[in-house]
Order: sequence, then C-alpha cells, then structure tokens
Amino acid sequence: MDFTFSEREEAFRKEVEDFVDKELPADWVEKNIYWPAGYGTLAQFEELSPQVEQFTRRLAERGWLTISWPKEYGGAGLSYMEQAIFHERMSYYRAPAGEIATHIGGPTIMLFGNEEMKKEWLPGIARGEVRFWLAYSEPNAGSDLSSIQTRAMEDGDELIINGQKIWGTAAHVSHYAWMAVRTDPTVPPHEGISLVIVDNAAPGVTIRPLINICGLHSFNEVFFDNVRIPKKNIVGEMNKGWYYLMVALDFERLAIPIGAFRRTFEEIVQYARETKHNGQALSQQPLIWNKLANIAIQIEIAYMLFWQTAWMLDRSLVPNIEASLLKLFATELSQKLANTGMEVMGHYGQLEGSSKWSSLYGRVCLGCLDCISALVGAGTSEIQRNIIAMRGLGLPPK
Amino acid sequence: MDLGLSEEQEMLRKSARDFLQKECPKQLVRQLDESDEGYSSELWRKMAELGWMGLVFPERYGGSGRSFLDLAILLEEMGYNIVPGPFFSTVVLGGLTILTAGSEEQKMEFLPQIGRGEMILTLALTEPSAGYDAVSVKSKARAGNGGYVIEGTKLFVLNANLANYILCVARTKETENPEDGITIFLVGAGNPGVRCTLLKTLARDKQCEVVFDNVTVSEESVVGKRDEGWPIVKDILRKAAVAKCAEMVGGAQAALDMTVNYAKERVQFGRPIGSFQAIQHYCANMAMDVGGSRFVTYKAAWKVSEDLPSALDAAIAKAWVSEAYGRVTLSAHQVFGAVGFTMDHDMHLYYRQAKAAEIVFGGADFHRAVVARELGL
Repeated sequence: MDFTFSEREEAFRKEVEDFVDKELPADWVEKNIYWPAGYGTLAQFEELSPQVEQFTRRLAERGWLTISWPKEYGGAGLSYMEQAIFHERMSYYRAPAGEIATHIGGPTIMLFGNEEMKKEWLPGIARGEVRFWLAYSEPNAGSDLSSIQTRAMEDGDELIINGQKIWGTAAHVSHYAWMAVRTDPTVPPHEGISLVIVDNAAPGVTIRPLINICGLHSFNEVFFDNVRIPKKNIVGEMNKGWYYLMVALDFERLAIPIGAFRRTFEEIVQYARETKHNGQALSQQPLIWNKLANIAIQIEIAYMLFWQTAWMLDRSLVPNIEASLLKLFATELSQKLANTGMEVMGHYGQLEGSSKWSSLYGRVCLGCLDCISALVGAGTSEIQRNIIAMRGLGLPPK
Repeated sequence: MDLGLSEEQEMLRKSARDFLQKECPKQLVRQLDESDEGYSSELWRKMAELGWMGLVFPERYGGSGRSFLDLAILLEEMGYNIVPGPFFSTVVLGGLTILTAGSEEQKMEFLPQIGRGEMILTLALTEPSAGYDAVSVKSKARAGNGGYVIEGTKLFVLNANLANYILCVARTKETENPEDGITIFLVGAGNPGVRCTLLKTLARDKQCEVVFDNVTVSEESVVGKRDEGWPIVKDILRKAAVAKCAEMVGGAQAALDMTVNYAKERVQFGRPIGSFQAIQHYCANMAMDVGGSRFVTYKAAWKVSEDLPSALDAAIAKAWVSEAYGRVTLSAHQVFGAVGFTMDHDMHLYYRQAKAAEIVFGGADFHRAVVARELGL
C-alpha cells in the first residue's frame, strides 16, 4: 500500500492547482455559495454564466471536462485516479467541472451508442458546447423510477413524446434532455423504458421554473406535448433504457464534491479560531472542538472511500458497495457539516450573506437549507441503503 | 496511490483466516474466555511456528522483518475470528516497545524469545485513575538496592496473569512537567513484591491489577533512558491504538458477515427477514461502518509502517473505529433478536470485544481531543 500520490499524480495535481490559480475568477470564493453535495445552490454556477462558460472552455481545451475519456473522443485519456485528483481539487475550489453530459450522457453513449451517435455527440460534449439535463423523475415516479409514464410512440423515423418531467436541474440553461421514456407499456416496467436525447428547442417542449427552498431557480418542471425526435436519438437499443440507466449510475461514482467538504470545513474552523466569546476563541471550547474533530474524522473517512473507489475503477474492479457507501456517507456528511457549522456560529449562522453582520458569505445559512437536498437527490439515502443491502450484501428483494 | 494489498499480504491474510478457523473455533474461544488463564499453550505454539510473534521483528532478532501494516492485517484476521490470549500484549505492547526503545542487549535477549513463543509480555501503564496521560502515572521508582525500587498499583493490565515480564511505567522524578521524569522498567513477573490479581471483565479478557510492592530491579532493566520514558509510552500507545483498530475492523466484518448470512436465512412472515427494508438498512449501516473503518485504519497503519508522522491518522482511526465497532455489534444483536441474547450464540463474544476495544488506549472522546489538537484547534 502507498497512500501518497505517485510522482505523476503529484505533478498532475500541481498542474490542476496552477490551472485553477490562473483561470478561476478572483472573486469566485465570495460569489460561489455552493454547499457540498447540495443540489439547490448548484444554480449559482448558471447565474455566473459568462465566467462559467469561459472557465469551461479552458477546461475543455485540455480535455479535462472529460478527463478519463479516450483522446479520440476528446478526453484527456487519464486514469480514474487522475480523474479523482482532478475532481478533488476542482470541488475544493467549488469550480465547475462538468455536468450531466460529461458525467452521465457521454460515458453511456461511449458504452452503448452506435458509431454514428458517438460521432454526433461526443466531441461536442467534450468541448463543453453541449449540455444535458437529467430528465428521469416525474411527478409520480421519484424513488420508484421504473414507473415513469412519459410515453414515446414510434412514428416512422421519429418518436412522438408526451408527458411531464420534474426536478430537471439546470434544464433552463442546458441544450438537451437526457431522458428516460416509456416505449413499451405492455411489458413489465423495467423492460419498456428507453433512453433518448431530446432537444430543448423542439416544438412542444415547455420549461417552467421551480424555486427551491434556497430561493434559487435550479429545478424545472418540463412538459412534452407531441414532441418529435429522430429515432437516431435513441441511445443504444429500444427498451434497454433501464439497464443503461443502472450502468450509468456507476459513472457518477466519482462525481462526489469531496474537496468542497474539506474547504467548507476549513472555513468553519477558521471562523471558530477567529471568533472569541468572553476572550476565548470558540475553537478552544471543548464542546466546539469535539464537534469539529468529529467532522474532520468523517471527512477523512469520505476521502478514503473516494480514493478507494478511484483505485478500484483503475483496476477494473467494480466498486459496487464502496461507491454506494461513498455517496451515502458523503451526502449525510453534508447535513452534519451544516449542523455543525450552525452550532459553531450560533446566531450568526442564520444570517444570509447580504447582511453586514454575516460571516462566511452566509454559506452556512444557505447550507442548512441546501443540505436537505443532498439526501434526496440522485437516489435518496433510503434508496442508497437498499442498493447497499441488495446489490452490495446480496440480501433478498423479497 | 496504491490501496491494494501485496501478494504477500494477501497470503498472510488467507493463511491466518484458514488457520484460525481450524485451530481456534468458537468453542475454544468460549473455553478460554471462561478459564482464568485465557490462553491455550497449544494454539500459542502453533502461532509461533507460523512466525506470527516475530512477524515484525527484524531478522537479526529472529523475526521475519515484516511491516507494521502486515501485523495490522494479521490482527484484523485475529479480530475476525477472536483469538483469546496474550498476543496483543506480548507483541504489540511488549515486543514493539523493546524493539523501538530497548537497548541492543534487551533486543537480543527478549525479541528472539518472543518470536519463538517462549515469552509473554505486557505493559503496565494505567493506574486506578485509569488515564492515558502522563499525570496519571503515580507509581514511583526510587534509586535503591543497587538499582531501582518500584512502588505502586497498576490496573487494567492485559494478561499480566501470564506474563513472564511486565513493562512497568513509573515516575522517577517529580517535576512541574508531568511528562518529564517517567521511566519504563522491565520487571520479571516472578520478582518478589509483584502481585497480580485477575479482574473479572466484560470481555473476559484477563485484565489484571498488578501491585508493585517494593520491587527491586536492576539498572539494566530500564528501557530507553531514565526519566525520558513518556515519549516511548506515547509512541507505543499510538501504535497500540492503530493495532487495536485493525482488530476491531476484523471483528466488525465478522459481525456483519454473520448478520447478513442470518438475515438471508431467517424466515418470518413467510419471507427472509433480510428482505425487509428495516433489516436491510441495519445491514447497510453496518456495511457503512465497516467500509468506513477499514481504510482509515490501513492509512494509519501504513503511516506507522513508513515511520511517517501518524498522530492525526491514528487518532482519527481510533476515534471512529471505536464507536463504529460498537454500533455494528449492537445492530447485529438487533437483527439476531432473542437468540443473540443467549450464551450459546456467538454474537455476544463480538459485542464484548467491541466494548473492551472501545475503551482501551483511549476511547472516542479521548481521540477526538487528539484530532482537535492535531488540527490546531
């Protein structure tokens, strides 16, 4: 075993550091209010759109948006460990580093799409020019995803889509829906689902904002009214969508903003060091340092699960249980971190960033709200535990 | 980064798993737990023949020169199976202390004997105050009788009932700084004035009260330098905490495996209880605790192996794994229900281990304080 980075990994880490140093806007820390593993404040990325676009272009120039993709598809051809190092650093600086197309759509196309589809989509995704939003959930299909009702009917060379999707994060600033639709209602639910790519600009697509509890527009509900798409936009084979979707979950394994946990924790520690009550720094109060130490320990555990997952992927080992543990542990840590932040800051924790009395740019205030989403999005904690129990430990479904 | 075990380590793990399954069945574990000795000379001899006692000692002392991480892997397997006996106290508390701080003569005398399984050691550190800080060391050693005379009572001393030698931590100088003036002595257990009384404990793990009543030892019995023993104690406590974590990870894995197997087979309401979400989530949480514990432990063990600063990682591991093992065994009991509450069932063996391991070498609160200190809070 060796828990240090190899020379090559270390050099790459330095390269990422230098890049961020040079390319990330100086006021990014103030403006970016992203809470680790939260979904609600991701919207902040879009509000900073021109800066994000420039930054994303720079990333794409290096193939870093699609870091572990082969070079022929516009990736950097690096290892999963290097991908992990990249994500760790980027998330530490809360920098944007890809979205649904780079994390889920592209890898799925690479695995299951035909040659034509690969040529059509992959280069654009790698260049950061094509953004997807995830069109899975419906009003009546959340955790029970296989019960989706949005229907796609064949009509010659086209599919006609009718239905509604919900919780479409960033749909309003993306170009295409990466979408699960029902193509065969006569078979068991899992066997009649297809994955398709739908142009946001197609006639019949209506996108309406949903304002989340952080007060931000991150989600959307999206209506599909006789929307026509070419059949070539079906990913892989018809009715195999559920299988692709399950495999695609694996691509999200390293999309944990691990560095953001450390960064936010460091900021709270800094606050505890600098803030005095009756002449004594908060950090010197046993109750406070005990709480902070507890978070530090759990961040280290999340890191270990993170590196372990990357290490396994590089050896073609399937980190089934490790990856689910990572997701579950990190998202629950998001809430613990927010609670601890609030406990450390007390009254000041509840101030929004706009107040002249606020600290840490109101991060903890917003984090306390946003962390709620961490345990719900991309599979609730309960669904994660189901996966660990059944897929990981082999417990019976019934 | 390389997070895999080497081929040699995999072999060590596998051979340990197989050996213990065969040679240390739960029946023997119970028998030893219930005995006063807590030790099987036959098992001990076989373990020595496998080279376990000398695993981490350099070859010139009759050992195999393997790393601390290797030892951790072995301990993980010992924790998985539960192996009653003085391995931990002899090798980790005794052997490693002598290897780290002993004189060449002491190493030449003790390590080969330990390696051959011919000598049992332990460390007498804690006292009735039960603290792991220097100020808690009240036992005194004064110059006299051509060497030192030790006076004091040690408590919670592991396996002192079997030990041939006891490493006794005593105060040789009173100063402002409690960490100054502590000395470690190698005391023969047969020395007149050494009185050992077995304590009845939760884990039935043969902890003892050891009274040193005017015990005379020679100048040569000092391990390290006179008055400068505390850094040695801190070093050994850190290694012991990590080693204990490895044992706990193994035990937690065993508890998880047993529970999952049971949940697959036990039928209630016409279906395996493992198909109920409540049970599945217990198991998932247990898997979380096992998975979360393993690599922080390996990281700390690796740092010890590589002689890198390991105070923070050791404290992180002990703080977390202490509580995680406890949670795992309690959840296991919940899944096993009433049958797990019987003496005949094996789960209580693990629960007892978890409780003892949680406390020894500092519990979670103690180590969170270390983490806080290491982070500069």
